[in-house]
Amino acid sequence: MTSIAKPPVKHPSLQKNALGLTKRDYEGAMSTLCAGCGHDSVTAALITAFWELDVPPHRAAKMSGIGCSSKTTAYFMKQSHGFNSVHGRMPSLTSGANAANRELMYIGISGDGDSLSIGLGQLCHAIRRNVQMLYVIENNGVYGLTKGQFSASADVGSTSKRGEANQQAPIDPVLLALTLGATFVARSFSGDKTQLVPILKAGLRHNGFALIDIISPCVSFNDHEGSTKSYKFTREHEVEVAPIDFVPLRKEIASESGAAGGLTSVTMHDGSIVRFRQPNSDYNATNRSNAYTHVKGCIDKGEVATGLLYLDEGGTTEMHTMNRTVKTPLVDLPFSELCPGSKALEELMAEYR
Amino acid sequence: MPSQNDFSFKIATVNGTGSASANTLLMQSIFRMGIPVTGKNIFPSNIQGLPTWYEIRVSKDGYNARPAEIDLVVAMNPETYSKDVATVRNGGYLLYDASWPMDAELAREGITVIGVPCGELCVNTFQRDRDRVLLRNIVYTGALAALLDIDLDVISELLREKFGKKPKVLEMNFTAIRLGYDYAKANFQCPLPFSLQRMNETNNHILMDGNTAFGLGAVYAGATVGAWYPITPSTSLMEAFTAFCKDYRTNADGTKNYIIIQAEDELSAIGMVIGANWAGARSFTCTAGPGVSLMQEFLGLAYYAEVPAVLVDVQRVGPSTGMPTRTQQADLFSCAYASHGDTKHLCLYPADPGECFEMAPISFDLAERFQTPVFVLSDLDIGMNDWMIPKLRWDDSYTPNRGKVLTAEQVAALPKWGRFQDTGGGIPSRTLPGSGGKGAFFTRGSGHNLNGAYTEDSPEYQAVMDRIAVKFETARNALPKPVISTVKNADAGIIAIGGTNGAVQEAVAHLKEQGIACDYMRIRGFPFGDEVIAFLESHERIFVVEQNRDAQLRSMLMIETNCSPDTLIPVLDYAGLPLTAKVVVDAVAGQLAGVKS
Repeated sequence: MTSIAKPPVKHPSLQKNALGLTKRDYEGAMSTLCAGCGHDSVTAALITAFWELDVPPHRAAKMSGIGCSSKTTAYFMKQSHGFNSVHGRMPSLTSGANAANRELMYIGISGDGDSLSIGLGQLCHAIRRNVQMLYVIENNGVYGLTKGQFSASADVGSTSKRGEANQQAPIDPVLLALTLGATFVARSFSGDKTQLVPILKAGLRHNGFALIDIISPCVSFNDHEGSTKSYKFTREHEVEVAPIDFVPLRKEIASESGAAGGLTSVTMHDGSIVRFRQPNSDYNATNRSNAYTHVKGCIDKGEVATGLLYLDEGGTTEMHTMNRTVKTPLVDLPFSELCPGSKALEELMAEYR
Repeated sequence: MPSQNDFSFKIATVNGTGSASANTLLMQSIFRMGIPVTGKNIFPSNIQGLPTWYEIRVSKDGYNARPAEIDLVVAMNPETYSKDVATVRNGGYLLYDASWPMDAELAREGITVIGVPCGELCVNTFQRDRDRVLLRNIVYTGALAALLDIDLDVISELLREKFGKKPKVLEMNFTAIRLGYDYAKANFQCPLPFSLQRMNETNNHILMDGNTAFGLGAVYAGATVGAWYPITPSTSLMEAFTAFCKDYRTNADGTKNYIIIQAEDELSAIGMVIGANWAGARSFTCTAGPGVSLMQEFLGLAYYAEVPAVLVDVQRVGPSTGMPTRTQQADLFSCAYASHGDTKHLCLYPADPGECFEMAPISFDLAERFQTPVFVLSDLDIGMNDWMIPKLRWDDSYTPNRGKVLTAEQVAALPKWGRFQDTGGGIPSRTLPGSGGKGAFFTRGSGHNLNGAYTEDSPEYQAVMDRIAVKFETARNALPKPVISTVKNADAGIIAIGGTNGAVQEAVAHLKEQGIACDYMRIRGFPFGDEVIAFLESHERIFVVEQNRDAQLRSMLMIETNCSPDTLIPVLDYAGLPLTAKVVVDAVAGQLAGVKS
C-alpha cells in the first residue's frame, strides 16, 4: 500500500488560531494504525498543542525512529519537514539537526521499544546533552509491528495476549530521566487529553530536553485483562500529581505569578507560564528528589504517577548554552564568516616549519 | 648505499618517556637545514612502557616512502635490543646507551657499535629523576647531531621556539644536547660516512600530518558541526578541527560559530552528522574501521534518503580491533559498499596530508551536490605521521557547491515539486527544514516514491532506486581524476591508491633504472571514472598495489569495470607498516623477469 492523503476539506466555521490556521492545517496523512490505537489520540493532542501554541508548521521538525509510534510523525503537520529514520537512533539525528539549526521546534516521537531497548543509549545521552526538544514516548509495553513481544517497559507479571507473564524488571523512562538529570519530566495517558495537551505545550516551550512518557495502549496486542498498559488498568490506577495549565506568553499573565490563589506557577524561558492547579501539599514539581520518591512510591503500590512530575526551567545545561553557540542558527551563517581565507592560511604555514 | 643526505635511521625507545619530542626535534632540524625528510612513528596501542620506534628517512631526491634499509639504529630500549640490532643493514651503525656494560644481544658482526652513556651523563648532570629520564633523549639527539652533522644552531633555534618561555628548561635542554654532542665528538669519528649537508629544498614546504590537514580543510570548507567518538588513529583529526575552530570561529563575545559534539558512540556520531546535514549544515565525522562497521545502518539510510554526509576513515589494521596503531588500506569494501541492500558510496583516496586538505572542500561539495555520504579514506600513516608537503594554499574565489537546494520561493515557482524526482543527471532537488511553503517533505528510510511518499508499490520503489543509480553514474566522472604518468612502450601498468603513492613513485624510478618501464595510475575516487577504465583497457598487464590481504582494490576494479581479472596482478602488503618501494620493485621485477627474457 501507499500513504493515504486526507481530503483537504475545510469547514468555514472552523476556529482559527493567531496565524489564521485551523486545526486541519496541522494535520498530516491518514493514520494507518489500528482503530482505537492510543497513538492516534496522542497525534490528535499534538495537533491541538501545536495549533494552540500558534506554531508555524514549517518551523517545526518531526523526528522519529522505527515502530508504530515512529510512524505517527507522518500523521500530523504535513507542512513540517519530517524524518523517519532508523530504529532507536532518533535522538542522535535530532541532536545533529538541532546543532545545525537551533531555531526550529523539534519533536521526537518514539516508543518503548525504540527508546528503552534498541535506543536506550541514545535516549540517555540526548538527556545528558540536554538537546532542546520534546521527546514523546508512546508507551504500550509491547512490540506491535512484530505482533506482540514484550518490550522493556512491560511490568513484571503483566501478561501477553498469549498468556505468558513477563518476568524481567521494567525500565521506567520517568525514573530514568529523573536520574539522568532531565529538566522536564512528565507522564500522561493517551486517553486523558485534558491532561496531555497542556503538558505537550509546556514541553514544546521548555528550554532543554522535555521527556513525556505517554501510556498509550495497544488495542491489538496489549489491551487485555492482565496487561498493565491497557486502557482499563491505566484508568483505574492513574494518580495525577497536579493538573496544569499552560499560559503562552501572548496572554495577559500579570495576575498569575507566585502561588497566589492557591496556584503554583513556573515561568518558562520565553515568558510563558506553567500553572499547577490544585497543588498537592506534599508534592513539589521543582524538587527532583521529591519527584523521584513520588514516582517510585506509586510504582511500588501498583499505581501510575501522571502529570508534570519535574520541571527545572532555570537550567543552563541546554546543549547550545553549554557550548556557547552563536544565537544565529549555524545554517544561516554566511560562508564568508566561516572560511578564514588565504591570508590566514599563509600565516598559519609558518607554524608548520 | 647511503650517502650524504641520503640515508635512514631509526630510534628505538619506550613510549611515555619523552622520546617523541626528541624525535620531532631531529626531524625538524633536518627539515630546517633544507633537506627533504620523512618521519614514521611506529608506536604501540598503549600510554606508557611499551616499545616504540621512529624512523627518519633523509632523501635528497625527495623520496618519502618508508626506507627498506636502516643505516643507523639508536637502541635505547633493552627490551627490543635483539630485534633492533637485527634491523641494521650490513656495514651500518648502532648507537646504544653505554651507561651499563654492553648487552650481549647487541654484539653483531658487520656493524659498528657506538656507545654513548646517555643515562649516566644525565645522572651526573641533572638533579631530578624526571629530568634525568626525559633529557636522556636529548643527549642521544646531541650525539646524533655530532655523528650526522646536524647544525647545532638549528637545534638551538628550535629549542628556543619551544621552550623560550621556560628559561630553566631551555638551559637544561641546551646542556643535554652539548653532553651528547661533546661525548660523540670526543670518542668517535664524526661525522659518519653518511651525514647531512644544507640544501635548499624545503623552503616552500611544511611538515604536517593528514589529520591536522583535514581538520583545517574542514574549517576552510565551511563545516560547522563536527560529531565524533574517539578512536585511534582518527582522534587527532577532530582535535585539530576543534583547535582551528577555536582560533578561527570564535566571535569577539566568546560565542562560537561551530559546535563539536563528542557522541556516546559512532552510531550516534554519524546520526548527528546526517541530522545536521539534513538541516542544512556542513557536518562531518572521523573514525576508523570499527566505527565504520558501527555506522553501516545509518549510512544506508543516508544513501537511500539522499542526505549528504562526510566521513573520514583513518584506516588502521583490521579485522576487529586489529592493531589500532598500525596502518592498512583494508576498509575499501566496507566503505564503498557500506550497509545492507543495494548501496554504493562516493569515496576519495588522498595520498598525503596535502591532499587531505584539498579533498576536504571537495568532499563536502560532492556530498551536497549528490546528496549522499562521501567517504575520505585516509590511513594511520597519512593521518598521524608528519609529512613534508608543499605549503597549503587556499583560493579565495572558492564558494561551496551546496547542490540543488531550493528555497520556498523556488518551490512555489514550480508547477509541481517532488523531493526525489530527477532534475538532471539523476540528481533530485531538496529543501531544508524551516524553509516553509510547499517544500516540506517527509524523509524516510522506508520505501518511498519519487515524491517522497511511503510506498510498497514495486514500480514506484524501483523508479527511485534506478534514478539513484543514474546519479552515481553522473558522480563517477565528477570525482577527482586519477593521476596518471605514462612512458613510451611501457612493460606494465601499476595502479595504487592513497598513501602508498611515495613508495610506488620511487619503485617506478628504480624499475626504470633496471630497464623496466611502467605507466602508473593513482586512483583518487570511487566509483571509477572513464580515465580509470581507459587505463585498464590500454594495459595488458597491471600491478595493483594495495595494503590489504584480499586485494580489495583489484576486486573493486573487477566488479565495477569490464576488465579481465587476468590482467590484474595483485601486489599486497598488509602487515601494518607503511609500504616500501622494495616491495613493489621486487614484485614487478620478479614477475617480469620471466616475461621479458
